[in-house]
Amino acid sequence: MGWKPLKLKAMFDIDKWQEIFATIKKNKMRTFLTGFSVAWGIFMLMILLGSGNGLSNGVASNFMNDAVNAMWIWQGETTIPYQGMKSGRQIQFHNEDQEIIKKVAGVGISSGRFFMGNTRYSYKKESGEYTTITCQPELKDVENLILNEGRFINQIDLIQNRKVVVIGVDIKTALFKDSTAIGEYVNINKVPFKVVGICSEPGSTRNRNAYMPLSTAQMIFSGSNRLHNLALTINASTLEESKAIEEQIRNVLGRQHKFDPKDEGAIGLYNKLENYIQTMKIFQAIKIFIWIIGIGTLIAGIVGVSNIMLIVVKERTKEIGIRKAIGASPSSVIGLIMLESIMITTIAGYIGLVLGTGLMEMINYFMMQGADAAAAAAANGGEQGDTMFLNPTVDINIAIYSTLLLIVAGAIAGYIPAKRAASIRPIVALRDE
Amino acid sequence: MIKLNNIHKSYVMGSNSLHVLKGIDLNIEQGDFVSIMGSSGSGKSTLLNILGMLDNYDKGTYHLSGNLIVNMSEKKAAQLRNDMVGFIFQSFNLISFKNAMENVALPLYYKGVPRKKRNLMAMEYLEKMGLKDWAEHMPNEMSGGQKQRVAIARALISKPKIILADEPTGALDSATSYEVMDILKDVNDSGITVIIVTHEHDIAAMTNQIIRLKDGLIHEIIRNGELKQFKDEYTHGLEAAQIKSYV
Repeated sequence: MGWKPLKLKAMFDIDKWQEIFATIKKNKMRTFLTGFSVAWGIFMLMILLGSGNGLSNGVASNFMNDAVNAMWIWQGETTIPYQGMKSGRQIQFHNEDQEIIKKVAGVGISSGRFFMGNTRYSYKKESGEYTTITCQPELKDVENLILNEGRFINQIDLIQNRKVVVIGVDIKTALFKDSTAIGEYVNINKVPFKVVGICSEPGSTRNRNAYMPLSTAQMIFSGSNRLHNLALTINASTLEESKAIEEQIRNVLGRQHKFDPKDEGAIGLYNKLENYIQTMKIFQAIKIFIWIIGIGTLIAGIVGVSNIMLIVVKERTKEIGIRKAIGASPSSVIGLIMLESIMITTIAGYIGLVLGTGLMEMINYFMMQGADAAAAAAANGGEQGDTMFLNPTVDINIAIYSTLLLIVAGAIAGYIPAKRAASIRPIVALRDE
Repeated sequence: MIKLNNIHKSYVMGSNSLHVLKGIDLNIEQGDFVSIMGSSGSGKSTLLNILGMLDNYDKGTYHLSGNLIVNMSEKKAAQLRNDMVGFIFQSFNLISFKNAMENVALPLYYKGVPRKKRNLMAMEYLEKMGLKDWAEHMPNEMSGGQKQRVAIARALISKPKIILADEPTGALDSATSYEVMDILKDVNDSGITVIIVTHEHDIAAMTNQIIRLKDGLIHEIIRNGELKQFKDEYTHGLEAAQIKSYV
């Protein structure tokens, strides 16, 4: 069969298009049903892909709230008797523990932290209770803090035990309103501290934490050299490596504080990288799953169109027979059916595409507004909310590929029915019932 | 014009083979007005299909305008049909979602005639059939006689050499039947060979030559001269129709 000439001729033959438009116009219901199945398929595919992306983006962005390779270690109580000591012994971290952990291979940056409990902040007539986090400069990178103004705690602050503080955006708004905070002094538990920076946490709607130098806090608020927890990053690319580092840390701390390294209660440990790697594995699986469903939906659409086109050919047997009797060549019949199939598939697919992506964009728009509203609510003391859904839209490339795929699908779907149409024998078609 | 030599045709239905045409020899000259008669199953429709290149034959030879019609590709057959033959059917076979003008213009579409030109020509042929005012009407808005006239216009528009009509009056009342026959007579007068299949004697009597088929063979051929006697046998029918006899 002369495929290329047939196609080229068909594409530029206005008469052929007029023939097809006339047919479609006269068979509105059938055209609608054919188109609907395709539009629906593409619509569902877009929603599926969009939702998958949204879920994936949301969870990934939650992970990005802190460095993905962050690890937190906090002190606990022993639960296993060790070296003649009873269980139930309180473990207390000190500054030297941080030095020990720094020496463990695979540990990146680290920051010790000393808890101060609730602290009262006041500036002029305004005051409120906020959480103070005492830290070293490295914490900024472990928790991916965003500095809106000024600077974070630095090494000199620590060495000189400077009385400086970096406050969260919400504290700034509550205490300073619209006036400048940088350079001003706030009283923290009645001790004046100079505000050097304003920060916020990524993906968070609640920024009610303040950060002050660890050494200053230990000195002023009678912390001596005690630590409550350690935040650090680890350098590992696999689950196994990350677990090895974790074990190494348990071993060295176990030696220092004389507890069984297998004692889960002696120290608490949260390894974010481990969770991250596991979650990303789940998302890979979800992505594969979505593609399988997506391709399945498309195949169902193709089969649907092919099915309906077969019925169309059956229904039009007599008409095609007449056309052949008065001089229609087989290739013109093939062209007629295939072009109709391609046109219905493409137009309907495009409608489905626009509706599907449109819906996802709309959801995205309302979610953005919702996020703003949630942020406003949180600022007034609401819960800190994590978003599970972010930017649930479909990549434009996927949309374009789907459209191209639809055209090809229309051609495939139309081919078998078209072949059948071309093989209709006029005498059979025209036989009077 | 048409030359059939020992044409055989059988249809295979499951394990049974039905031998429909058992050796047809036939000559039809340019400008003839021929009717094919015979009881059902005698093979008259099969013969018409073979003449119209809608069906293949098993054995023998068929020459149309000097061309041997055998083992043609479908494309070639479609082209020859388009150029040489106009079909008229008992059930009119108009395309239901096209109006009268578009139906008439369709053969020209397959000839590659531009839309404007073919619609103009279609109007011309509709006018000849007295259906100018019905050009925009759909087939289901027309009477049987009107539909058949549209079908005749469609058959004529590609200027064929032969008109093949399968029971053209089978679905019409007698008055309308005679109108249609009058038109076919005019067509024949313009030099086009007209071959009709019918089982109505009064219709057959209006043609110049009657070919009677019986059990897949030509039983008798009644030509002009002998037609007088044939006509007498069916005067009753002719009188009922109240039309002048043809000589």
